[in-house]
Amino acid sequence: MSPVMAPASDHAPLVVSYDPEAFEVPTGREEEWRFTPLARLGGLHEHPQASAVPKVSVSSLDGVTVSDVPLTELQGDASAAPIDRISAIAWSGAESVTLVAIAPETTVDEPVEISIDTPAGVSFAQLRIEVGAFSHVSVAIRFTGEGVFAGGIQVHAADQSKATIATVVDQDASAVNVSRLHVRLGRDAVVKSSIITLGADLVRMNASVEYTAPGGDVELLGLFFADGGQHHEHRVFVDHSQPHGRSSVIYKGALEGEGTHTVWIGDVLVRADAIGIDTYEVNRNLVLSDGARADSVPNLELETGEVVGAGHASATGRFDDEQMFYLRARGIDEDLARVLVVRGFFADILGRTGIPGLADSVMRTIDARLGVTDLVADVLGVDDEVDS
Amino acid sequence: MSTLEIVDLHASVETDTGEQPILRGVDLTISQGQTHAVMGPNGSGKSTLAYVIAGHPKYQVTQGSITLDGADVLEMSVDERARAGLFLAMQYPVEIPGVSVSNFLRTSATAVRGEAPKLRLWLKEMKEAMAALSIDPSFAERSVNEGFSGGEKKRHEILQLELLKPKIAILDETDSGLDVDALRVVSEGVNRYRESGQTGTLLITHYTRILRYIHPDFVHVFVDGRIVESGGPELATTLEDEGYEKFIAAVRASVAS
Repeated sequence: MSPVMAPASDHAPLVVSYDPEAFEVPTGREEEWRFTPLARLGGLHEHPQASAVPKVSVSSLDGVTVSDVPLTELQGDASAAPIDRISAIAWSGAESVTLVAIAPETTVDEPVEISIDTPAGVSFAQLRIEVGAFSHVSVAIRFTGEGVFAGGIQVHAADQSKATIATVVDQDASAVNVSRLHVRLGRDAVVKSSIITLGADLVRMNASVEYTAPGGDVELLGLFFADGGQHHEHRVFVDHSQPHGRSSVIYKGALEGEGTHTVWIGDVLVRADAIGIDTYEVNRNLVLSDGARADSVPNLELETGEVVGAGHASATGRFDDEQMFYLRARGIDEDLARVLVVRGFFADILGRTGIPGLADSVMRTIDARLGVTDLVADVLGVDDEVDS
Repeated sequence: MSTLEIVDLHASVETDTGEQPILRGVDLTISQGQTHAVMGPNGSGKSTLAYVIAGHPKYQVTQGSITLDGADVLEMSVDERARAGLFLAMQYPVEIPGVSVSNFLRTSATAVRGEAPKLRLWLKEMKEAMAALSIDPSFAERSVNEGFSGGEKKRHEILQLELLKPKIAILDETDSGLDVDALRVVSEGVNRYRESGQTGTLLITHYTRILRYIHPDFVHVFVDGRIVESGGPELATTLEDEGYEKFIAAVRASVAS
């Protein structure tokens, strides 16, 4: 039934290739694709020709070098290697790789802002962020536009570097985004990645983590808000192959509206050599209305028992009528009460992204979609009006 | 002067076995400045009365009316009722994870008052109200009701009472689960607000204990979905000495006959 599914003992994909034709077009029955509405992928599987060029811009900051690198130069680097047809198309269809490099022992104070605007049509882009050893940087990536997009973002965090990455998908209602974020950690590197999915008709966002040396520490945060029939699919694969690593995965989603569908698949593999690791993954979903569906599948596979901690959890709950009654009994109208509950639900994620101003802009977008444009008290606890 | 008038109120709840009547003809008029205690045994429907006044969607009103200064309360949504001046201090306050007490209170005060209170004045007002109820300032940053002890939940309800300044306050078993010290603090808060003369108070309770701290003007005995006897404070003393048995027996006798 699932011909391309990897055997249970090894999560490595059966086919790794830069050639799209090395991969079959999925039928939808494969384990990897069974949740995805293939007809809404904008022809990404069938018509692998770029008809547009995404506008990629990177803010100019001291200590950050931006360059375009030919694909061939980075091909052969296993961490970029496509694992399915669309990621292969997104590689071969991109004109080049936008390389954002932070030199070793550099601290970049301001966040690097990267915008990827996807115009009408089909477009591809590849981005690589290389964080030098002992460097500190934060990067905010924002997807906008109306097009069908597939791409890859690779984050290479060298030894003892610290990278804070936030990826916001805020495309128009017609857009498609199938992307893969791959994080590679050197010795004692610390990476925090937040993926925030708000827009587009269909989003399929894979995040994978690779440890090349002991002591890597990754925190994957995810937030998605889906309504009006959107499909938001998030897949996580953390591959603990090295000792003394740490991974913490927290994704939270809120969804409402007929036909709205969210999917979260969280795979954590702890290989036999990865002794002394500590991993925890959790997905929580808040279903705000009838007709919306959340699928949530955590998988934790341990090949060694010598771990500090290993756990996973998943919970999908309905919007609580009693919470609504309590808030409304205090004079707060229905729309604002829903905003408060959703803001409260997301508060822990948004409080931890590490990107200044991000929480506020994300919540304002969600507020507006819940019908509230003017919120008096900021429930995230940012009392910016206090000047005493 | 504000008046809440309840006339021949019938209400029921939908159950697996069909519609179950709970309130069976409640008549009660509460005016500003008055305190009414409604006392009854478990399952008599006295808490349902509180929830029906506040507009909980679980209950359907099948007959009768509730008006506040002539305005039809039953036509109002839950939040409209609160903005019109009704307040329900709940027996089981609900947890709202991630929403801080401070922001909840300010959002609520803004909704009820119709405009956002000036921040500095608001912070002062909130701090003073919290201090009066012996609530630690750190409380403001905690999530609403999350991890609160029973006493903290009830003090938080009375804090809202004092900040929202309703015309009619309904206290649903505010005394339940409180030790004597907490009961005293909570009662003092209620009395402070009562003394302002702005409110009519409906105190719903199973026990007479809270009536030693909050003195009612009127006491009503609630059995089987309606008021079966009304009197002054002395009726509470009778209940304390004799319990509800006499009244329950009388209702059973009338049903049997």
